[in-house]
Amino acid sequence: MQAVQIITYASVGIAIIAMLVKVFRYATAPEHMRWELYPVPHEKGKAEYGGSYLEELDWWTQERHKDTFNELKEMASEILLLKGVFHHNRTVWTWSLPFHGGLYLCVGWLVLLLIGGIMTAAGAAVGAGAGVIGQIVHYLTVFCGYAGLFLSGLGALGLFFWRLTDSDQRKFNSPMEYFNLVFFVAVAVVGLIAHLTLDPSFTALRAYVNSLVTAGAFNSPGMLFTVELVLMSLLIMYIPLTRMSHFVAKYFLYHSVRWNDTPNERGSKLEQRVLELLQMKVGWSAPHMHPGKSWGEAVTMDEKEANRE
Amino acid sequence: MSSHDLKPRDISKKTDQLVHIDPAELPKLPYPYDDWVDPVIEELSEAKKKKRDVSLDGVTNVDVPVPETDEEKEALVAKFLDGLRKLLSKENNWTFLQPLMLSLDNCVKCNTCSNACPIYNESGRIEAYRPLFRSDVLRRIVNKYLKPGGKLTAKFTGADIDLNWETVARLAQMSYRCTLCRRCAQTCPMGVDNGLLSREIRKLFSQELGIAPQELHADGTIKQLETGSSTGITPFALADLMEFMEEDITERTGLNIKMPFDKSDADILLIHNAGEFLSWPENIQAFAIIFEAAGLKWTMSSDLVGYDSVNYGLFYDDAQYVKVTLKHADIAKKLGVKKVVLGECGHASKSMMAIGDRTWLSESNIPRESAMVTLKDIVLNGKLKIDPERNNFPCTLHDPCNLTRAMGIIQPQREVLRKIAPQFREMTPHGVENYCCGGGSGFAIMQSHNFPQWRNMISGRRKFAQILNAFTREEIDPGVNKYVCAPCSNCKGQIRDMINYYDAWEKCHLQYGGLVEMVVNGMTDVPEGFIEWDDFH
Ligand code: SF4
Ligand code: SF4
Ligand code: SF4
Repeated sequence: MQAVQIITYASVGIAIIAMLVKVFRYATAPEHMRWELYPVPHEKGKAEYGGSYLEELDWWTQERHKDTFNELKEMASEILLLKGVFHHNRTVWTWSLPFHGGLYLCVGWLVLLLIGGIMTAAGAAVGAGAGVIGQIVHYLTVFCGYAGLFLSGLGALGLFFWRLTDSDQRKFNSPMEYFNLVFFVAVAVVGLIAHLTLDPSFTALRAYVNSLVTAGAFNSPGMLFTVELVLMSLLIMYIPLTRMSHFVAKYFLYHSVRWNDTPNERGSKLEQRVLELLQMKVGWSAPHMHPGKSWGEAVTMDEKEANRE
Repeated sequence: MSSHDLKPRDISKKTDQLVHIDPAELPKLPYPYDDWVDPVIEELSEAKKKKRDVSLDGVTNVDVPVPETDEEKEALVAKFLDGLRKLLSKENNWTFLQPLMLSLDNCVKCNTCSNACPIYNESGRIEAYRPLFRSDVLRRIVNKYLKPGGKLTAKFTGADIDLNWETVARLAQMSYRCTLCRRCAQTCPMGVDNGLLSREIRKLFSQELGIAPQELHADGTIKQLETGSSTGITPFALADLMEFMEEDITERTGLNIKMPFDKSDADILLIHNAGEFLSWPENIQAFAIIFEAAGLKWTMSSDLVGYDSVNYGLFYDDAQYVKVTLKHADIAKKLGVKKVVLGECGHASKSMMAIGDRTWLSESNIPRESAMVTLKDIVLNGKLKIDPERNNFPCTLHDPCNLTRAMGIIQPQREVLRKIAPQFREMTPHGVENYCCGGGSGFAIMQSHNFPQWRNMISGRRKFAQILNAFTREEIDPGVNKYVCAPCSNCKGQIRDMINYYDAWEKCHLQYGGLVEMVVNGMTDVPEGFIEWDDFH
């Protein structure tokens, strides 16, 4: 096995672990108080103006109609078109859209390479002269690869210059912000040059993926190609270690916090969970927190008595 | 250094005052305030400064005692760090740990939120008031001092803040230069919430260091839990007030209404912000007139805390906030009512219906409804006789953020106004995108030192401009009666203070009040003139 293959295995492994840790941390955080923020898109007929079921007379007697379609539509326009940034920060959107669009295409590209790698490992052909599926995989790979690399690189470059030239931004940038963007630009530039010169139809890259799937041997068509593999592997590892993996967090930010308007009902699981949390001990030091008591006790003590103690 | 060049790491600078507010840099106000210039913010006396830290901006609304020795300074910093650890632990902060972690970890520093914040913009863009600035100071401290290897990677990640006592003291002040209106959060593409982070900082100071504004804590929740109300009204004093209230109703309307208290057969428990009893008794009276005329079976409570829906804990301390809301829940359970109706108070509604929803448990989980909804049902279903012509004056609506952004209650109050007020017009923007009145998160009741000036001049400035812009030049004339409808006790307090500060009663004859007053003003069973145009209070 070659060093570059080990790097890729390690990077993907670390990335998966880091991602799982992140999801685990957010997903296992305790039930929190409601903190929704309107508009909430699943409020049927009300999302448009930011209304909620609390606008209804005796709302607890009414059936709640969740507009899942509108929620999905909202998510789609947020993910694909970056709707929020479009409305509130057009400069950033101009570069962020190609950047994110490019990244989505790159993810598609990697998936297609994996499919192609598995297909070739199974003995099927992938390429311009292959069967229908082999051809589809081939052409889509070429499109996603070039478009993805180009757009993500362009977007990252634009964002880099925006960070560099906007005086407000500069106060908040750290070396890391610049480094992250340069990293993307570097991967895109090296990738584009490597492929245009050494592997224009991504055959070698597919062979590399094949070698990873089968743990087999691999011949690099050139130095730059190997550099591309190393850079890309490192980027895959790096993303989940930074807040660039915000796509994971964003799920929770929206579904568990911003759009979480689930009312507390008598005898519900939610109520049960809160009752359990109230058993935990208070560790805060201020006297009114009654340190050492359970939360349940601390918030139900006779305050006059407690303050006199 | 200018107040505009500040970087997050400058927060630890050893200077007497980090930023200076220059009245000349504040945005211009609309007609008739084109030439208005605010006075320079009054400086605290040396004696006052000795006792409390004002090194952020020369203003204070939370007293952070100035440590005298180096040991005291170090102890303060160590305690702060302890608190920060607790804030990030499940046992101590289960109530908000998930939203906190999410907002701390995921800001991409795009500054989209800056444009949304009225305080930052109306201050002439003072860096220390920028939503991202405050959050990033906190974030950098967490990254450097609490994350494994944080100090090692600090240069690269930008976690470059030196945690000294100045940083701690200024962070406390900064958390109280934000009204928690969450307008910034609405625009954040990540879903990060700088308002939440301000509140978490406030919690750390209160729950660990015992530092909180006097008006919110000692004279707020503590007083409310001990005497029944943060206004100091005891159950005993309440009885007297009610007697006066009943007489006043008769005098003003000829109606004989007995204020119902502790009725065991009532369907509805109505809870008011007790500030209304003292400052706006007409609001309490109007509710009584409407509920009686609509034939509702309702009651109020004379139990300790039961007659004051206020919950200042919401703004700074989870334990205090749960203590108060549990009292409300217990009282509702004891009375056995079918529902609780929250009077015109945004934060009280939010504390019982949204944020505190998950603390009304089991048998105490009595349903709660905003009075906006109850009123809409009464007015739109013809349960009252109303002549809209009686409300035929220019009128606009202020949206309390707590009702709109935090609860999604947008339309009911508008539907009522459209039905009863022919000249109702919206502010721009409004509804879920409204601007805070500037008195949010407890600001409206903070009256000490030079803070009221700051509040009227900066945090309320955008709202004041919005109010002026809702009227034409002709209407702004003091000869024309006009009304700002603000269905929230805190917001009313802030609007009153702004009208005073900008002398807008004299200059524009701007009257303000709640929604119920307008409803009663339109009722044909009541003599004309419930809204008193010449009585500004
Ligand atoms: S809080 Fe949101 S809008 Fe503000 S800088 Fe961070 S990511 Fe951007
Ligand atoms: S919550 Fe409101 S006041 Fe606070 S930073 Fe955000 S927009 Fe500004
Ligand atoms: S005082 Fe009124 S407008 Fe301001 S934050 Fe509270 S509810 Fe919002």
